[in-house]
Amino acid sequence: MTDTATTAPGPSEEDEGRRDFLLIATSTVGAIGAGLAAWPFIDSMNPAADVLAISSSEVDISPIEEGQSITVVWRGKPVFIRQRTEEEIKIAQSVSLSDLKDPQADGDRVQKSQWLVMIGICTHLGCIPLGQKTGDPKGEFGGWFCPCHGSHYDTSGRIRKGPAPENLYIPPYVFLDDTTIKIG
Amino acid sequence: MAIEFKNPVLKWIEYRLPIFSFINDSVGTNYPTPRNLNYWWNFGSLAGVVLGILIVTGIFLAMNYTANVDYAFISVERIMRDVNYGWLLRYLHMNGGSMFFILVYIHMFRGMYYGSYKAPRELLWMIGVFLLLAMMATAFVGYVLPWGQMSFWGATVITNLFSAIPLIGESIVTWLWGGFSVDNPTLNRFFAFHYLLPFIIFGLVVVHIWALHVHKSNNPLGIDPKGPEDMIPFHPYYTIKDIFGMAVFMVFFLWFVFFAPDFFGEADNYIEANPMVTPTHIVPEWYFLPFYAILRAFTVDFLWIPAKLWGVIGMFGSVLILLFLPWLDRSKVRSAKFRPYYRMAFWIFFANSLVLGYVGSQPPEGFLITLGQWATGYYFAYFVIIIPLVSLLEPARVLPDSIAQAVMKPVAAETGEGR
Repeated sequence: MTDTATTAPGPSEEDEGRRDFLLIATSTVGAIGAGLAAWPFIDSMNPAADVLAISSSEVDISPIEEGQSITVVWRGKPVFIRQRTEEEIKIAQSVSLSDLKDPQADGDRVQKSQWLVMIGICTHLGCIPLGQKTGDPKGEFGGWFCPCHGSHYDTSGRIRKGPAPENLYIPPYVFLDDTTIKIG
Repeated sequence: MAIEFKNPVLKWIEYRLPIFSFINDSVGTNYPTPRNLNYWWNFGSLAGVVLGILIVTGIFLAMNYTANVDYAFISVERIMRDVNYGWLLRYLHMNGGSMFFILVYIHMFRGMYYGSYKAPRELLWMIGVFLLLAMMATAFVGYVLPWGQMSFWGATVITNLFSAIPLIGESIVTWLWGGFSVDNPTLNRFFAFHYLLPFIIFGLVVVHIWALHVHKSNNPLGIDPKGPEDMIPFHPYYTIKDIFGMAVFMVFFLWFVFFAPDFFGEADNYIEANPMVTPTHIVPEWYFLPFYAILRAFTVDFLWIPAKLWGVIGMFGSVLILLFLPWLDRSKVRSAKFRPYYRMAFWIFFANSLVLGYVGSQPPEGFLITLGQWATGYYFAYFVIIIPLVSLLEPARVLPDSIAQAVMKPVAAETGEGR
């Protein structure tokens, strides 16, 4: 062995252990590096700064009479704004929480009881429920009715019957004054 | 050579689709490679990696780019300012284009120095020339997409070259533009081509590697391997060498991306295209400068052909002449290591290419016009006079008997190369 420079010594057990360690360590560092390099590509598909910047809308609610609804667009989604009648408020407040599929008190869904503001997208599969216009079917509970798969929402926008699992979502909003709200 | 797997899943796949043995025969332990390849042999695989980076960054950029004259410039600015990591994607793509040309030019000079274009690798070399042409077309249409001043005027100047063609030139230019100037239809089709051509390049790369694997790599000695003692398996010897080279290259590449992202660019291209105002000094991207110098070197009409058409013929001819290199060089000796006269001519050619690049970057005035003409003269003389003559007259040097013999006992006195 000592006098032949061309013959390499066979790998010992120690050498094999060292090789395994180097291979695993190199592969791990390589995999982490690949993951880090992939992140900018993945993140570039998230909403861009200009998309996030237009994420709030101001709405003048003074033209909405009692018993009327309007639909405004916020982040590309319909937002229902309704000035509820005294009767609708009373019905919404009198429901027992145990009758609800997604229990939530009416008071937790509104800031001022006559103004109901919610995202008009059915929590089942994303259709827009009917009930905004006077002639629309409002479902068995006098609120909204989703024509796609028959979900019934009450005057507080809570799911009462049908396949939808949750109440209509409430977007973040604030009253800037008595006649203006800012959504988002 | 089929691989025997113990793992039943791998065995099942290998029996139906021998992909593992294909990989092993291509870049694995069963692909024999000359034992003496130096670092100049890293540039092919590096160019392949950069092509991959360009395709991936390009696809993600296309998700945010709008190919319309009213929105193109602003959509690129939106990528830079608003899209998450959009600046990184764009700078990787911009500088990746420049890197691709740097690597491919080095790869080509390597091939010329060591005679890699000679039999039996002529077709491999020719596919490479077509790859260069496809790259040039892709880079040209890609540079138009940001719709800056240089985009617009570069597109205008280069497409107008075709108007030099007699009789049908003007019709061809109108056809290329899809109108009567570079405008929205031009931008739309250039975007379509810029997305298509990289996949054609990818296909050509597959054929290029296929041809390479038939007769395998040339080597710095330029002699054919005589037996197994001249070869080593690609994996792990050259996989590790390629990975090391890649790490070094990535430092170089990313230094530009992060610290000098606009080094290769032109400030004028951050001004939106204006068809009513031409920039005072139009220059193409750096990788086109030598060819641009050749285009401008022809200033007089001769042989009943106008100077403008000579320029266009010269520019396209300067690339296409590479296709004939395997037959212009009559020498049987591949490597410049054993060809003292050729080696001298080669290094003058290399320096001459840099001179052409410099001339191309400057306004065509005074002495530079003459310099450009002499450099253009040498460029063509190198191929049609010097190489054929040298290959006939050069005194032959003694070639080593085998790679193994030369590597184990260097023949320094014979090569006369003291680097």
